[in-house]
Amino acid sequence: MQRIDWPAIGETLYTAKLPNGLPIFVVPKPGYRKSFACYMTNYGGADRRFTLAGERKDTPAGVAHYLEHKMFDMPEGNALMALEAAGANANAFTSEAETCYHFTCTERFDENLRTLLRFVSTPYYTQESVDKERGIISQEIRMYEDDPDDQVYMALMRLLFAHNPLRDDVAGTVESIQEITPQVLYDCHKVFYHPSNMALCVVGNADPEAVERAAREILTPESAPLPGRDYGPDETPEPVETRSERVMEVSAPLFLGGLKLGPAAKGPEGQRERLTAGLALRCLYGRSSPAYLDLYDKGLLNATFGCGAEYAAGQGYVLFGGESKDPQAAYDALLAAAEAVGQKGFDTALFDRQKKAAYGAQIRVLGDFRSLGVSLAEGCFAGCQPLDSFRELSAITCDDASAWVREHVVPSRAALSVVRPK
Amino acid sequence: MRQTRREILPGVMMTCLQTDKFKTGLLSVNLLTRLSRETAAKNALIPSVLRRGTVSCPDMDAMAARLDSLYGARLEPAVRKKGEIQCVGFWADFVDEAWLPEGEGGLLEQIAALLGETLLAPNTRGGLLLPQYVDSEREKLLEDIRARVNDKISYSRYRMTELMCPAEDYAVDVLGTEEEAEAVGYVALTRHYRALLASSPVEVFYCGAADPERAQRAVRDALAALPRGELDMDLGTDIRMNRVEEGPRTFTDVMDVTQGKLAIGYRLGAAMEEPDMAALRVMNAVFGGGVSSKLFMNVREKLSLCYFASSGVDLVKGVMAVISGIEAADYDKALAEIGRQLQAVQDGDITDEELASAKRGLVNDLLSAADSAGALEAFWLEQNILGLEYGPEELAAFVEDVTREDVVKAASGIGCDMVYFLRGSEVDEDAED
Repeated sequence: MQRIDWPAIGETLYTAKLPNGLPIFVVPKPGYRKSFACYMTNYGGADRRFTLAGERKDTPAGVAHYLEHKMFDMPEGNALMALEAAGANANAFTSEAETCYHFTCTERFDENLRTLLRFVSTPYYTQESVDKERGIISQEIRMYEDDPDDQVYMALMRLLFAHNPLRDDVAGTVESIQEITPQVLYDCHKVFYHPSNMALCVVGNADPEAVERAAREILTPESAPLPGRDYGPDETPEPVETRSERVMEVSAPLFLGGLKLGPAAKGPEGQRERLTAGLALRCLYGRSSPAYLDLYDKGLLNATFGCGAEYAAGQGYVLFGGESKDPQAAYDALLAAAEAVGQKGFDTALFDRQKKAAYGAQIRVLGDFRSLGVSLAEGCFAGCQPLDSFRELSAITCDDASAWVREHVVPSRAALSVVRPK
Repeated sequence: MRQTRREILPGVMMTCLQTDKFKTGLLSVNLLTRLSRETAAKNALIPSVLRRGTVSCPDMDAMAARLDSLYGARLEPAVRKKGEIQCVGFWADFVDEAWLPEGEGGLLEQIAALLGETLLAPNTRGGLLLPQYVDSEREKLLEDIRARVNDKISYSRYRMTELMCPAEDYAVDVLGTEEEAEAVGYVALTRHYRALLASSPVEVFYCGAADPERAQRAVRDALAALPRGELDMDLGTDIRMNRVEEGPRTFTDVMDVTQGKLAIGYRLGAAMEEPDMAALRVMNAVFGGGVSSKLFMNVREKLSLCYFASSGVDLVKGVMAVISGIEAADYDKALAEIGRQLQAVQDGDITDEELASAKRGLVNDLLSAADSAGALEAFWLEQNILGLEYGPEELAAFVEDVTREDVVKAASGIGCDMVYFLRGSEVDEDAED
């Protein structure tokens, strides 16, 4: 395996690419007892249309998430139980862009890693087991229907995007999952769960060579072409609509603003773009930004407020929101603050402080095994190395951040979703 | 990891864990006070008001600038409920000096000083907390109290607890009540703040690379001005052994929701007389703690009645809660199945695999906690309140020794005291089946 050192932050990475196309990343953590491992596929709720052996497939909303539930079924029993019986705390999640299977354990790591690799690469679905899961997933979907955060987010996605499958809930709907059959699951597993479309990341008390050995011994040695994806026709730079409002059983109005950033760049250029966006948003709307503090003081925002740039299904977008007694006033003031920065640029003293704070936040991630492991896999899918971001961050200037705001945080790209109390 | 515990000032106990494996340090200061309906909201409000500004950082802009320049150190209010004790204060985390880019030093002392100043030297006028800060934070506290209803899962747990313990302080939410919060003014809050400082025992926790002597010195200097009056050393939690009435009480709330939430409250009973903490944790893990628990395996996997069903124990108070998301039509089925699974635990109807899985999961959680400064802080705060001296690794060893008989004994006195259901308003046709 190749060893890469970052002495300034005290981290070492071992990495390899297997002949089957699987990238492996291992960050050893001396002094820790626990290890985190994730086996992640570059396949999420938004990957609904793709090409299989030259044939175009269009799958119902919710397949990636349904697969996540059914992957744990093995001919000999449930893999989740096997992992827990061996002392691992295991789980999985599905987002728009990825499905991740992960565990943390403090003993029997090699055994658990092999269980993880085996169950994620073994499709085993019967009509009976697929039908039975429908009840559980329907309850999960119903739970999201009552979750105001989820609803305000889904409404925003439908404002921002005309065609992109980001418009649909990752879990699908109670109706769409009725169409999911064992065959659909087998097809999607075949296309998206090949090692060449995945990444294996380990952080913690683990031996890099043993990780590579387990992957070589368990996974198929054959390589495979990467699937072709189709996210629909090009999106316009502007949202489809700019306002959505609905009423739910909540105590205070909840809002989520969004901005379309356009197609997401890949590779080191994309990483620089994302870091610039993160730093610019920290300066503009972060917890110590003048805009946030002013609105907090006026009672228009509270500590539930948050913001960030997201990249999925070929698109970049900014989300910012929280509770507010007057969402429209908060939203207007936030966009006005961006306009002022666009004209005058950020204050350099503010920018320098925020850069120090961003450094501290990056150091914090190094102690969070799950965040670090998942970011290594996401970086791999985006063609970049997250541990380089410490160096990249220091190269971003105040002018870069101001220019990013000027270009991207503009009213014509923005939309507002609101959930109001009864 | 080197652990020390010492009284650094009168009534101020400090736990230090020295380790260089973390890249960030953690420091928390907690005032311990009785949880009560009359004072919970005032106590919860105090750290938020103090956080607005100090003598040297008079407003949030100055505080934010200071923390950002300390490499994004965080200093946040911490308001927690441990049984019938309310823990009020701050936690801070910050980059360890070894990983500062320019090799700067003294970050621990600067953070401790800022924390001490925030607690003891707020921005005041004429000795009183600023009315505009108090008004603004009171509004936010009220928003938080009202927002409890937004998360239907935690709201169900809160409502169940409130209904289960009407005559116990335990019923009080950690943020207090809307009525109390609405009535708080800046003069009364200042008076309450001074009394809280003078009368509360204090728990300080530090985890990081600095040696304990240095950390103790930094905190002692930072808290030198802490007023010490007559300390309330009788703090504790009243453990009720039996349910309030002969059988479980039931209550249903109707709201505009699609999925019902079932919350069931239990008294742990006789097992709390001389609690075997390891056995009680294993009992909970077998019953509803994880994915191999009886609740998950039966209510979810076997009967597909719900997306989630889990149990949790509060070992300070001696209570257990089961929460599950179900269709309203499945209420009777789910309730019966949950009861059946508890009975199975009490009867010792536990397979070797179930027991081993529960223990493996707990051991893993405890050993993982030793790898996280935040988890260690939460663990030791509870241990210190319970007067227990063993760390997560030792507790993990106790868990290994728990037998089926221990689990049965831990479960033997459990009594269901409250069944709470939050359901949708529309009449469900299927319910008639």
